[in-house]
Amino acid sequence: MRNVFVYCELEDNIIADVSLELLTKGKSLASQLNCKLEAIVIGSNLNEIDKQIYKYGVDKVHLADDKRLYPYLTLPHTSIVTKILNDNNPQIVLFGATSIGRDIAPRVASSLRCGLTADCTSLVIGDHYVKKDEKEYKNLLYQIRPAFGGNIIATIINPDMHPQMATVREGVMKMEVFNETYKGEIKQINVADYVSDTDFVLEIIERHIEKSKINIKGASIIIAGGYGVGSKENFKVLYELANILGAEVGGSRAAVDAGFIEHERQIGQTGTTVRPKLYIACGISGAVQHRVGMEESAMIVSINTDKNAPINSIADYNIHGNVAEVLPKLIHFYKKNSK
Amino acid sequence: MNGFKIVVLAKQVPDTRNVGKDAMKEDGTVNRAVLPAIFNPEDLNALELALQVKDKYPESVITVLTMGPPRAAEIIREGLYRGANNGILITDRKFAGSDTLATSYAISQAIKKIKDYDLIFAGRQAIDGDTAQVGPQVAEKLKIPQITYAEELKEINKDKIIIKRRLERGVETVSCQMPVLITVHSSADDCRPRHAKFLMKYKHARTNSELEENNELKDLINNREYLKITEWNVVDIEADITYLGLSGSPTKVKNIENIVLQSKEAKNLESTDQDLESFIIELIENHTIG
Ligand SMILES: Cc1cc2nc3c(=O)[nH]c(=O)nc-3n(C[C@H](O)[C@H](O)[C@H](O)COP(=O)(O)OP(=O)(O)OC[C@H]3O[C@@H](n4cnc5c(N)ncnc54)[C@H](O)[C@@H]3O)c2cc1C
Repeated sequence: MRNVFVYCELEDNIIADVSLELLTKGKSLASQLNCKLEAIVIGSNLNEIDKQIYKYGVDKVHLADDKRLYPYLTLPHTSIVTKILNDNNPQIVLFGATSIGRDIAPRVASSLRCGLTADCTSLVIGDHYVKKDEKEYKNLLYQIRPAFGGNIIATIINPDMHPQMATVREGVMKMEVFNETYKGEIKQINVADYVSDTDFVLEIIERHIEKSKINIKGASIIIAGGYGVGSKENFKVLYELANILGAEVGGSRAAVDAGFIEHERQIGQTGTTVRPKLYIACGISGAVQHRVGMEESAMIVSINTDKNAPINSIADYNIHGNVAEVLPKLIHFYKKNSK
Repeated sequence: MNGFKIVVLAKQVPDTRNVGKDAMKEDGTVNRAVLPAIFNPEDLNALELALQVKDKYPESVITVLTMGPPRAAEIIREGLYRGANNGILITDRKFAGSDTLATSYAISQAIKKIKDYDLIFAGRQAIDGDTAQVGPQVAEKLKIPQITYAEELKEINKDKIIIKRRLERGVETVSCQMPVLITVHSSADDCRPRHAKFLMKYKHARTNSELEENNELKDLINNREYLKITEWNVVDIEADITYLGLSGSPTKVKNIENIVLQSKEAKNLESTDQDLESFIIELIENHTIG
């Protein structure tokens, strides 16, 4: 049986959220394909780590435990993952689109000579027919992501050169326990058979990781600003409104690129995916790469000088006007009426 | 040893950063023709780190390598104006349709032809695709280590290079022997501007294809070797064409969908006091805020 694999990331021996989200997605793909879900966990002192993930429906955990394997290093992790995939011939392999996932996945794809699609926003199973060869492919992985430009969503497939690999950002897929008492099996790897000394040419001298301070993923209200806000200075009024409403401030990529706001606050395909109860888009046109990161918000308000901005068609309220005039008025009327 | 042999990978990309309304076509797709073609931003950060190595070891030689259509020679000149020593353009119709795997194969073949190198710098990712895959894939094909997301060159000597990396939630400093491929993050130093001296020196640098289009510079360039921008095709880099273009690309675009936005029943408001106040009251009353 050719199974679905997920590469799991660790932070201080806790499986990262993005990996749990991928296991959840991996389980539903595996169920549909009638195959098993397997996880790869690489690190050090991994006693009982498998217990953290069985409940997501994991049938088998490939475990590589060696003190040289944490923190993450590109070459030994690549060697281990490549060999596991070669030995097991999976049909699908998923990685987080994180600093680690985006470092290892392309390297593994290159050595396996298979395809890799970055930053997918949706993964579904489907068929494919090639007319000219009269060839039918069953149950391929549709790797769906916005494509450069306009409102285009591209479906990428990888018909022949398997495994089919994809990366997905944190927060895009939902995390859901499959069965609290689910139990899989563990396969301990003899690390010495998988890595060589030359895999350790790179040495970490210093490492400093912080928990992210900005939490737009968990915010229930988001005030997001785009290029139309105009300047970093003009963003102040967004923070002011956010303060009053207990909200977080987010931004479009154009606002990040222009230096109005820090990258940690970017919302969209290559930023964070959010689902707040209220999303106020200020001076954001609503390109598809932005919309995929916020369109599941319960209520969307757009403030835009252009009545026909694409974002307006997914909004619940469209305020036609200039951000710099509208926001101070909203603050004023909120203060007046909230008492 | 007095200097390092450095290759900088650079790509010419459409400027997607501020795709304004004027760049949108009626059907909601982007009109690439009106977007300026630019030096991919993080590739400029990569060039800067290479130049910093050269500042420390002035005998270092920097080669800008790019793959693209003939007009991509523009960014090689841009590199020369900022302090690179020479450039190579790999261009061939057979590259068309290459995904990241096929692209990295072509680039790695070109680097194998260059043969002698200590350091390869590349931008973390290109803004037209944001995949961040080509750097690591080139490193894998050359069987050399990689350091991704470089932010700062801490130290370099003949035995090792020390780099500070920018991660999602922190930083990491690593040390590695050479050769090594380094991808550079936008948080690294901005690239220095063009230098008047280099601008004068290289403004007539051309590829052969460019000379064919415009004969006037031929004599000048034939007398000055440094004005020749090397141009390689599939045969020059000894590439197996089944590894290139569509046939060498595992990923295929199955379909492209133009999303037609279905308008919700939206309330349209003007920015009048009356509209805005009743809007706020509505949100307070249905407990969305407050
Ligand atoms: C590979 C790739 C990945 C990407 N990933 C992301 C991503 O993760 N997130 C993201 O957001 N984008 C992403 N993008 C970029 C995306 O395509 C758009 O370019 C970007 O979202 C546009 O940002 P914007 O809406 O702020 O700017 P613009 O498109 O320039 O829109 C500005 C808006 O402001 C309005 N406006 C102007 N002045 C005012 C004013 N005074 N008051 C009110 N309104 C005003 C204008 O009418 C316009 O609608 C990506 C692009 C690519 C190619």
